[in-house]
Amino acid sequence: MEKEHNIVSTQQRRVDAWGKVTGKAKFAEDYNVAHQLYGKVLRSKYPHARILRIDTSKAAQLPGVEAVLTAKDIPGSKVFGIVVKNQAILAEEKVRYLGDGVVLVAAVSKEIAEKTITLINVDYEPLPVLPDPETAMQPDSPRIHDDSPEYEFRNTFVHHKVRKGDTEKGFAEADFVIERRFKTQFIEHSYLEPEAVLAEPSEQGGVKITGSIQNLFSSRRSVATFLNLDLNKVEIIQTTLGGSFGGKDEVMTAMCCRSALLALKTGKPVKMVNSREESMLESYKRHPYVMYYKWGVKKDGRITAMEQRCIADGGAYASMSPFVTWRSVVQATGPYHCENVKTDVYAVYTNNNYTGAMRGFGSPQVNFAIESMMDELAEKVGKNPLEIRLQNGFERGAVTATGQKLEHNVSLKEVLTKAAHSSSFAKKWNDYRHQPPSPKKNGIGIACSYRGVSLGAEGTDAAGTIVSVQTDGSMIVSSGITDMGQGAQSAMSHIVAEVLGISLDRIQFLNTNTSRVPDSGPTVASRGTIMGGSAAKRAAEIVRATLLDVGSKMTGITAEALDLRENYLVHTLGETPVPPGVESGDSTSRRCKRLASFTELAAETFRRGKPMYGFGWFKSPKTSWDEEKGQGEAYFTFVYGCNVAEVEVDTQTGKVDVVEFTSVHDVGKAISRGGVLGQIYGGVAMGLGYGLLEEFDFEDGVPKHLNFDEYLIPTSMDVPPVKAIIVENEDAAGPFGAKSIGEPANEIAAPAIVNAIFNATGQRVYELPANLERVLLGHKLTRKGERGSVRKSAAETWTDASCKIRHKATDE
Amino acid sequence: MLQMNTLTITTTINRRNYTLCINPNQTLLDILREELGLSGTKRGCEIGECGACTVLMNGRAVNACLVLAPQIEGQEILTVEGLAVGEQLHSLQEAFLEHEAVHCGFCTPGMLLSAKELLDENPNPPETDIRFAISGNLCRCTGYVQIVEAIQAASANKPERKP
Repeated sequence: MEKEHNIVSTQQRRVDAWGKVTGKAKFAEDYNVAHQLYGKVLRSKYPHARILRIDTSKAAQLPGVEAVLTAKDIPGSKVFGIVVKNQAILAEEKVRYLGDGVVLVAAVSKEIAEKTITLINVDYEPLPVLPDPETAMQPDSPRIHDDSPEYEFRNTFVHHKVRKGDTEKGFAEADFVIERRFKTQFIEHSYLEPEAVLAEPSEQGGVKITGSIQNLFSSRRSVATFLNLDLNKVEIIQTTLGGSFGGKDEVMTAMCCRSALLALKTGKPVKMVNSREESMLESYKRHPYVMYYKWGVKKDGRITAMEQRCIADGGAYASMSPFVTWRSVVQATGPYHCENVKTDVYAVYTNNNYTGAMRGFGSPQVNFAIESMMDELAEKVGKNPLEIRLQNGFERGAVTATGQKLEHNVSLKEVLTKAAHSSSFAKKWNDYRHQPPSPKKNGIGIACSYRGVSLGAEGTDAAGTIVSVQTDGSMIVSSGITDMGQGAQSAMSHIVAEVLGISLDRIQFLNTNTSRVPDSGPTVASRGTIMGGSAAKRAAEIVRATLLDVGSKMTGITAEALDLRENYLVHTLGETPVPPGVESGDSTSRRCKRLASFTELAAETFRRGKPMYGFGWFKSPKTSWDEEKGQGEAYFTFVYGCNVAEVEVDTQTGKVDVVEFTSVHDVGKAISRGGVLGQIYGGVAMGLGYGLLEEFDFEDGVPKHLNFDEYLIPTSMDVPPVKAIIVENEDAAGPFGAKSIGEPANEIAAPAIVNAIFNATGQRVYELPANLERVLLGHKLTRKGERGSVRKSAAETWTDASCKIRHKATDE
Repeated sequence: MLQMNTLTITTTINRRNYTLCINPNQTLLDILREELGLSGTKRGCEIGECGACTVLMNGRAVNACLVLAPQIEGQEILTVEGLAVGEQLHSLQEAFLEHEAVHCGFCTPGMLLSAKELLDENPNPPETDIRFAISGNLCRCTGYVQIVEAIQAASANKPERKP
């Protein structure tokens, strides 16, 4: 029998929302302390240059300036990085992109700090700029990192592969070969809250940093090695976070290191806040990919060979590229059967902003290619896009491209069918193919995916959550998993409340503090609920066992006959309905008798000297990866999702409006119903931006937009009504059967939209975003080339442009 | 230090009268956040694009980053901190809680005030009007769906609509 839940899966309020609707929530920039200084960083003037000389003498003399520091002042490691440690916190010899920091200042006011920056003189020797990864891979291109190992090609720092079967044989068996090139763009995370931290020297020679930081433990490791401090001397506290989407990791690490160095050098608290321009200039982006896909197919629609070659623009530093591209290589052929697979994914250094984690983490790019290819395949063999996916899609027991047999409930065909049915896909798809000529055309498109849950074979995957009952029956919960607005605290609270039979208002969830909770890895990879939630469940179960034991001693009733429900210790008298007149406080009408309030039980537990504290630790099931063979049990479980987009295309302007959207996801179990819906809606909106609007563009390493006037994200007028359908096939790996939703929700909207455009116009878009010019003209418009009346050398052009940015960024 | 001629102005913020000594180059956003500690109003872009700093000035939604401090002389300002009266949350705040319209919460104060301006003018707006009213408030988390639902719910719940 399915267990009834009181909290889990029901509509409950977020635990963090009250402070956010009243203005009491404190985000990083809202923290101030007496005598704080203001830190600023002078960034590079060129996308690629050698630093010849730094003159800070004038700057240091300005009244009100307390510190002017360069890389020479760094006591410990000058570089950091999750895999490849080569990212400079302050550039010393070379700058590799415009966001590189060079000189650090602290002053008594923001105005003076900004003025100080303008008094610093840095002499550079400009170097050739490499803005394009495929050019950077050429043997005659200069090296961006002289000491970095190269894989096969110049500036290539990652090569992942998957090998299964024999693609040559597969292509020989094929009736057709489909070969296409796809391209995706840089995406700015666009968290609404710009980066901010406050660093304070602490009493024992360490530093306390309060800020908008996603992955506190990795930032802490870097601060410690940067300052030559033990980890226990670096305390990092997360504030309420105004969005992250993968984006507040390395950029925050750099800000933490810089502010901490200033604080220790001056002995005073130092606050650093990025303007939006500084944020967009320095922060990392989602990787643009160039993807070459070649599939061999039979006339009946089966796929005999899949060959993929993907090149990721890693930008100036390695950052998360090794992991992002690994997810791409694992998932590059989608949830489709094929005996013969060969995939190569490369990451390459360029002089663009470095690229790293962003919601989806290597999947939005390949999903765009895979799901476009599936539609082309359907077209080629005369089937509809739903049929072709049902024909080739995975079911339980399927073996993936990496040789992993899927033993869980593989619900791909369930989500496909539900999405298609709910949107009348097949009928509309057919009708729109035969619509009469008209300036406005309708189209419908489908896309689906499978996605490995959590980190997989990327690395250690474990997390901890702490539940501490107070003597009045209220509760303090904390976790190494962080909340960025996605609702992790709420999901963990719902799980704790469910296990302990209490109402949510008893729980106070603390923001994560590295000195008070165990290192639980980064909060990424949609692992918050499954990892932090599993740990929360264990912690609550430990507390529950203690409380029931005390309850048993208190009442003389065996613990097995006791339960915790609706803030009471109850005696369960079986599951038959309560006859009228019998006392029952339980709204579920299960027969039970209240014995003591939760508050009384907590007080009694304390009086008896029992621990009222539970620490839950959850380590993921085993995964494996053989880098050489490109095979392995990549993830311990997967989720499945399907999106259907309906569009209206203005064939005279190329403008695409998404008019309806259906998003179906198997989440295992929805712990917080409203939270899951919110993730789906938000994921669709972000996916719509990816598909139609957003492009963080560069010209020779110089970003073209640094604020929301030119970098456009979807507004309330762009996002259509979204029909969200939650499918729940409980998975043994997750708490109450829950898996994940954050990234799955975001990874297939763009291909569904692009497929809908094809259905409307008969023209396929191979490069994202499908903006007006790409839809109307079939290519991108560019500002490149001569502009104005004076012809300038390339060097002068980007010098001027970067100066303009500098001006804009520092004159705020 | 950078010196400037200061101005003295009087203004009303969240139903309280203030006499403030300001620098003429300060914005309303600076005054709220730096001088008065009303940090509920958020700084997101400082060019009037994101709407995170939306407040009401004489009942009209404005971007506080685009209003110079001298312009608030004699005006009535309402920020997110002034929405609730005592312990009593505004119906929009209640609706945002009830409908999960709050994710990271950074856009929330501005959203609430844009929505308040709309509902004060039209207590029962159609969905298209709601979407238009908040189109100057960017949100990266929610896809706006639950925000629109919350505003609809608040409009239906308004006391004057009850029989």
